[in-house]
Amino acid sequence: MKSQSMVMLRRNFKHVARNPVTVMNAVIMPAFVMVMFVYVLGDAFSVGVDYVDYATPGLMLLAVCYGLGSVATSVNSDMTKGIINRFKVMDVSRSAVLNGHVIASLLTNLLAIAALVGVAFLLGFRPSASLLDWLGVVALIVLLGLAAGWLTVAMGLAAKSPESAAMAALPLVLLPFFSSAIVPAEKMGQGVRQFAEYQPFTPIIETLRGLLNGAPAAGDAIAAIAWCVGFGLVGYLWARSTFTKRA
Amino acid sequence: MTDTAISASGLRKAFKDKVVLDGIDLDVGTGTVFSLLGPNGAGKTTTVNVLTTLVRADGGTVRVAGHDVATEGKAVRAAIGVTGQFAAVDELLTGRENLQLMVDLNPGRTGRRTVAELLERFDLVEAAGKSVSTYSGGMRRKLDLAMTLVGDPRIIFLDEPTTGLDPRSRRTMWSFVRELVADGVTVFLTTQQLDEADQLADRIAVLDQGHIVAQGTSEELKRQMPGTHVRLRFGTAAELDAAARVLADSTRDEEALTLRVPGDGRTTSLRALLDRLDEYAISAEEFSVHTPDLDDVFLALTGHTTEHTTEVVAK
Repeated sequence: MKSQSMVMLRRNFKHVARNPVTVMNAVIMPAFVMVMFVYVLGDAFSVGVDYVDYATPGLMLLAVCYGLGSVATSVNSDMTKGIINRFKVMDVSRSAVLNGHVIASLLTNLLAIAALVGVAFLLGFRPSASLLDWLGVVALIVLLGLAAGWLTVAMGLAAKSPESAAMAALPLVLLPFFSSAIVPAEKMGQGVRQFAEYQPFTPIIETLRGLLNGAPAAGDAIAAIAWCVGFGLVGYLWARSTFTKRA
Repeated sequence: MTDTAISASGLRKAFKDKVVLDGIDLDVGTGTVFSLLGPNGAGKTTTVNVLTTLVRADGGTVRVAGHDVATEGKAVRAAIGVTGQFAAVDELLTGRENLQLMVDLNPGRTGRRTVAELLERFDLVEAAGKSVSTYSGGMRRKLDLAMTLVGDPRIIFLDEPTTGLDPRSRRTMWSFVRELVADGVTVFLTTQQLDEADQLADRIAVLDQGHIVAQGTSEELKRQMPGTHVRLRFGTAAELDAAARVLADSTRDEEALTLRVPGDGRTTSLRALLDRLDEYAISAEEFSVHTPDLDDVFLALTGHTTEHTTEVVAK
């Protein structure tokens, strides 16, 4: 079983390597958005702290979400082109096929975050995080990446076509903009503000922000972990049952 | 091991309230080619999915290679190879990498063919290092079949293996199927094309809206079919009426204003037909000679044409 997982993971890595446009998109777009908001528009936002310090945690989350569309598309094309059926008839285990996609998605995320943080430092990002805080940041991002990855894989498996798979992942890409990622929720209009305050990404961003710029609030951290675990579990169970049922 | 490779009795499957297979009985002898013939939506792919353990039947029993598909799925899967309706190849890998992937996922099997052998056999050596996204439809199909042969399965399912291929690639696929049979492999083939079933299959079953409407050898089926016929199209209903009165054994289609006259395709009988029309001063707008195709088989066996069967997307 373990060797099957390795074979599938190697296949997913080859896909990433052979499809540089997708990776570039996942890595360069968040960095571009960062330059856009921080360097071009940054002076227009007054958030009480240096804008790059405010925006970096939110953009990290954006970087995780940005690559998801292509994950959904690639899972869906495996499903609709019959490649998953082929694997099933060969008795390749469900977890080997699905884990390969989730891990490849997670590693693309980490690559995108590394690039983003690099750009942030160039733009004057000066976090006051200790080594332990940084470990917390990495742990939360891995958790978020896994949760988003499983949810996206499930959506990719369930979608009728690669196009609708990409559409299904779109809310995850747009949701960060309606959170405290770019500006604080209290500066938003009535209605959007309440949504931004209570939507799942806000506590995750606030936890990252806390870890990077001082101590995080325990309440945010618990909410952030709960949301990630919840989404991850839903995605995991949904993906596994869709994989088994659909032929 | 018995002489039966695949047997199904009373096989039923419905998706929600749409019945796709309504009591299918099949019996495929070891080392023979069996063809399931039918139009889109007849239930061919669903049948293949049930026989290959991908979809669970609602009722009936199915045994493949002596094992029950419902309870001994793993043993069934170990004995079979499946080439689906769309070439299930990895576009981003090369041809060689696709085959290597199959070998890597198949470590336990005996009689494993090497990648190089398969590339050679399917005439893919030159293209082996190229990304599959550059392959033609025919090459994809060949690679798809080569991937299915890794692990040396004794029973192979081919779901519409030549749909969308040009005539030359079709013939190439046919010759590969014949080679497999010569090696003693059992082939279960679905197709929409009568000539494909005719060319390859020992036995043919005609599937229509979830029922098997006829089963037998190609010769047996042809006996039930209408032979060659002439189709005449008229300008007005009055002319159609007149012609129908004159040509006794013809069948008419009021809507299309056509008359279908059975014949043997020989020039003498054609001349007799035209002379008879001339004698009564009837002229047709259009004249064509037809040899039987799947549509005619369907009309003969079910009383309706293939167009009446609606597409069912089996998800």
